[in-house]
Amino acid sequence: MGAIYRREVGAFFTSGVAYVFLSVFYLLSGYFFYAGVIGSGRTDTSPMFSSMFLIILFLIPILTMRLLSEEKKNKTDQGLLTAPVGLWDIVLGKYFAALTLFIIAESVVFIYSIFLAVLGEVVWTTLLGNYFAMLFLGSAFIAVGLFISSLTENQMASAVASMLALFVLYLFDSFAVNISNEYISKAITSLSFYSRYIEFTQGIFSLPSVVFFLSVAFLFNFFTVRVLDKRRWG
Amino acid sequence: MIEVKNLSKKYGDKQAVKNISFKVEQGEILGFLGPNGAGKSTTMNMLTGYISSTSGQVLVDGVDIFEDPKKAKASIGYLPEIPPLYIDMTIDGYLNFVYDLKKCKLPRKAHLKDVCDLCKITHVKDRIIKNLSKGYRQRVGLAQALINNPPVLILDEPTVGLDPNQIIEIRTLIKKLGKKHTVILSSHILPEIQAVCDRIIIINKGEVAADGTADEIARQLTNEHKMTLRIEGTTKTSADKEEIVKAIKSLKGIKYVRADMERERGIYDYDVEADEKTDIRCSLNALCREKGWNILMLQLSDLTLEDIFLRITMGENDVKLEPNERPRINLKFEESSAEEAEENGGNE
Repeated sequence: MGAIYRREVGAFFTSGVAYVFLSVFYLLSGYFFYAGVIGSGRTDTSPMFSSMFLIILFLIPILTMRLLSEEKKNKTDQGLLTAPVGLWDIVLGKYFAALTLFIIAESVVFIYSIFLAVLGEVVWTTLLGNYFAMLFLGSAFIAVGLFISSLTENQMASAVASMLALFVLYLFDSFAVNISNEYISKAITSLSFYSRYIEFTQGIFSLPSVVFFLSVAFLFNFFTVRVLDKRRWG
Repeated sequence: MIEVKNLSKKYGDKQAVKNISFKVEQGEILGFLGPNGAGKSTTMNMLTGYISSTSGQVLVDGVDIFEDPKKAKASIGYLPEIPPLYIDMTIDGYLNFVYDLKKCKLPRKAHLKDVCDLCKITHVKDRIIKNLSKGYRQRVGLAQALINNPPVLILDEPTVGLDPNQIIEIRTLIKKLGKKHTVILSSHILPEIQAVCDRIIIINKGEVAADGTADEIARQLTNEHKMTLRIEGTTKTSADKEEIVKAIKSLKGIKYVRADMERERGIYDYDVEADEKTDIRCSLNALCREKGWNILMLQLSDLTLEDIFLRITMGENDVKLEPNERPRINLKFEESSAEEAEENGGNE
């Protein structure tokens, strides 16, 4: 797993994906930080975090799009799958590489907090709560993106399908509103990434939501392993 | 070292590999020969655990590749048809990655240097793979297969796309490797197989069509023993001719003897054909010793590897020669149609 992880992190930088991802992330989070936090004279970073939901929804597919699709297209998966490593090693190596980049991106909030500390009192509990909420959300999104990347050989298809899938997850709340059956509506809401994430930005650190995001991450990594395994039997 | 039992692979309705069985001993260089689409790559992919088999078993050093894949894969170095190179890395970076991936325990620097030296890529090891020529990429592919010094090497068309010099280099390298490793290599290039391999398996339409050395296969296939002899009699005149023809005719299993031209002064060539089951070479020798004749030349007109290959892969079920037909003559036709068939052949 270590070898694959190190190679993937390196590949993010040599391929330039890391620079695109990080600069867009920094630019937009910087804007939201300015407009939503500093501009409105507050030291609470929650508005920035809630705005970032849609941004990472579109940015994470860029991180995950080539992880497995490119391997298949260039037939480099043959090297991995005939090496003495397990499928979980391959999937998790790639997963954690993407997660590492995401953590590098979102850790920029600690630099923002320095500005806040200069201007006023930072509410560290909400900042950290939001930070981890975004981390959990990112873990789930990356797993979904990685899974979709394992389904295709085409990077663009992988990116677009991932964006679409994450967007549909985002829309779950609006679906739920239109459903009259209370139970179904409740079931759909409970699957909503958005409402669970927004809870955190409102200052509620909800353990079930943490479990939810981590379960989604595990489940989709598991699916990815199954896809790789199934391909051998095709 | 490698044992394959009744291996089959189905892709939907298409049976890519049918019931293949063979064994490779340690230190053997086995050649996989077959036209495009015959199932060579599919078989190799199953041997290395890249794809699963529909049925059958692969044992690498006694370990089943589907039951204990990590252990079995650790003893295999695989060069697929397209080398699995990350083209945006440097050779050095890539080989270090493979070193880590294979959890190699050998001293890193020394081992990587050995591998690079062996594949002659030391002088380019800081270059990015993307910028390398096909030949160098192939060598890097070979280098990654050699990392961790696996006892088994499986090479899928290792010389494809190389120029003649590089082909010779790679062949020499494979021969050298064959002294320490068990090597399986596939190719549809006949001279290559002939030059490098101890044993040949011809695969056609997913089945083992022949297995053995080139000579053995030729014998299995043709069931005939035609040969040209040059025998020096005692008197060195044409009187020898009749005596020799008569004596050979009296041997067991001889179907046909004919004296040919006088090739050297007083010495004649003889075309001899024995029946299917008899190898007359020994009794012929005994005869000549007894009569005080000397065999100056003995040439089997058995098929060459090329003939065999064309016969197996192009021919219908009937592979027997017409009695008086020389195998060489109709070869040209078959050769050109073989090339066409290769070009039209489907993917493996």
